[in-house]
Amino acid sequence: MQTVLIVVGVAAGVAGGALISALISGLQSNTLNKTLGAQAHVTLQAPDDVVAPAALPVPGTTVLSQTQPRAQRLRSIANWQALVPLLEGMDEIAGVSPMVSGAGLALRGEAVQSVALLGVDLDRYDRVVGLRSKVVSGVARLAPGESVLGRELAQDLGLRAGDRFTVQTGTRSESLRVTALVDLGVKDLNRRTVIVPLRAAQNLLALPGGATHLELTLRDVWVAQDVARTLRAQFPYQAESWQENNAQLVSALNAQSISTGIIRGVVLAVVVLGIASVLVVSVVQKQREIGILRAMGATRGQVMRVFLVQGAVVGALGSVLGLALAVALIAMFTRFVRGSDGLPLFSIGLPAATALQVALIATVCGVVAAIAPARSAARLDPAQAIRI
Amino acid sequence: MAAQSPTDPLIALAAITKRYNVGRPSEAEVLHGVDLRVRAGEFVALMGPSGSGKSTLLNILGLLERASSGEYRLQGQAVQSLPDATLTLLRRHTLGFVFQFHHLLPAFSALENVTLPALMGTGRVGRAQEERARQLLDAVGLAGAMDKRPAELSGGMQQRVAIARALVLDPPLVLADEPTGNLDTASSGEVFALLRRMHAERGTSFLIVTHDARLAAQCDRLVELVDGRIARDGPVGPAVAGCSTK
Repeated sequence: MQTVLIVVGVAAGVAGGALISALISGLQSNTLNKTLGAQAHVTLQAPDDVVAPAALPVPGTTVLSQTQPRAQRLRSIANWQALVPLLEGMDEIAGVSPMVSGAGLALRGEAVQSVALLGVDLDRYDRVVGLRSKVVSGVARLAPGESVLGRELAQDLGLRAGDRFTVQTGTRSESLRVTALVDLGVKDLNRRTVIVPLRAAQNLLALPGGATHLELTLRDVWVAQDVARTLRAQFPYQAESWQENNAQLVSALNAQSISTGIIRGVVLAVVVLGIASVLVVSVVQKQREIGILRAMGATRGQVMRVFLVQGAVVGALGSVLGLALAVALIAMFTRFVRGSDGLPLFSIGLPAATALQVALIATVCGVVAAIAPARSAARLDPAQAIRI
Repeated sequence: MAAQSPTDPLIALAAITKRYNVGRPSEAEVLHGVDLRVRAGEFVALMGPSGSGKSTLLNILGLLERASSGEYRLQGQAVQSLPDATLTLLRRHTLGFVFQFHHLLPAFSALENVTLPALMGTGRVGRAQEERARQLLDAVGLAGAMDKRPAELSGGMQQRVAIARALVLDPPLVLADEPTGNLDTASSGEVFALLRRMHAERGTSFLIVTHDARLAAQCDRLVELVDGRIARDGPVGPAVAGCSTK
């Protein structure tokens, strides 16, 4: 009965731990997807303009100066065409997309909206942010004179796929046809994004043949900071990782991960203590049997193994039941917890690798929990144990 | 390890003492210089009043406890200073135990309980060992109860399973601590008769602690322990009647 109860206890602990892990992992993955869905993992751009001193200070003198920082102008990354194949050759980088980005106005009839103009090569940009998967209306195409708009911007300008509007930057303007509307996951982005062919943006922003940014997508999003550091060391450009651009989000994700770790640690400790307490009672209750086995020639090692195996079996059984319970709870969560649009809040699941890891940890915990009771069982004086 | 000479007794105790709580105010000496020799094939009764040290002596003989001083030779081998692991192996192959309470493992069948000592030895029960266990259960009259759990057997039957278990590895000596103490008169007689039959058929030595003078009278030799010393040691006869058992 005790064993059944502790197996159920372990199962509850494992289910709770697995469910929390799956929820937090699903939530983080969903947040990351939304955040990184519209931005590169690493962005490379030309260094900022800085004010150079008029003359070097004379050695031995101290110069106190107050310098007005320079206004930043739109600059191209020097020799970016040669840089792209170099970057594509790096193992960590999965895709490179050159971009010309600047500010402009979108006009249609009486409506005027300030917009962020993004000039891209559609296929490359699609590899970086998965643009085609974000299309909500029309078909994404960027032939000369074509554009893709954020959904809210199109709404503000009264545009649908196939309609035309004008983009104006400084003294230049161009009439563009809308081929598709996209949802970039953030309303503010949807309200100001106009995506045009690279060459059109170069013309509109007076940057012929240039690229203001190189957007990089990585095979593993979590190495972005290392890649950015490497690029800064290798090239005279500014390289920023998505973590640097979203420091608050990263802090929040880290805090979540730490709190999940703490919860899992506490659950593990409870599981270990639960198994240990049951085995301690079991050793006390089975003293006579242990004495008999010792009298019949069981070694201390054999007696120890009996309890270690019992701990492992309790851990393994509990984890199997717990994982089944976790799967059921996840299914219930997905089924019943829904957003205002009736769709699941985010997708969660229990990957096989995680399940295996949880089962392994619970089994190891069972063995660890059994060490102290097993040692006390092995140390029992058989003569005294039989007399009890 | 000294090889046993044919003339060596199976058990040879010389000046064995046993003290508990050494160095504490409650220190007590339970055995005071016990000398005892048991030859192969003997059927010995060990009697004595409660607290005379019978169980302690049996535990020392069974390598479950170590004597405080003196020499204990089992099959010619001095065992006093052997490490615990060696004593365990020696116990497994040389000694069988029958306790007052059968001490069968409740989760196992009669057959599984009998094969347990074999399992302790090799980690698995071979076909030959299982066959021997079946033969022993058959010999103790439990051919039809091999698959029954202890709870399904009467007290006498359980004790017969325990006797089969003690004999399964064919030890030269079986130590029995009041094997009939928990049985009614009829079962007690049956179990004792069984012990005698096993002794006669297999030549196994038995050393039986008992309070029952009537059963002790059926043994070949009687050793009486009083206050931690051997008070009498000789063939069973008129001695039994005068034995102090309370």
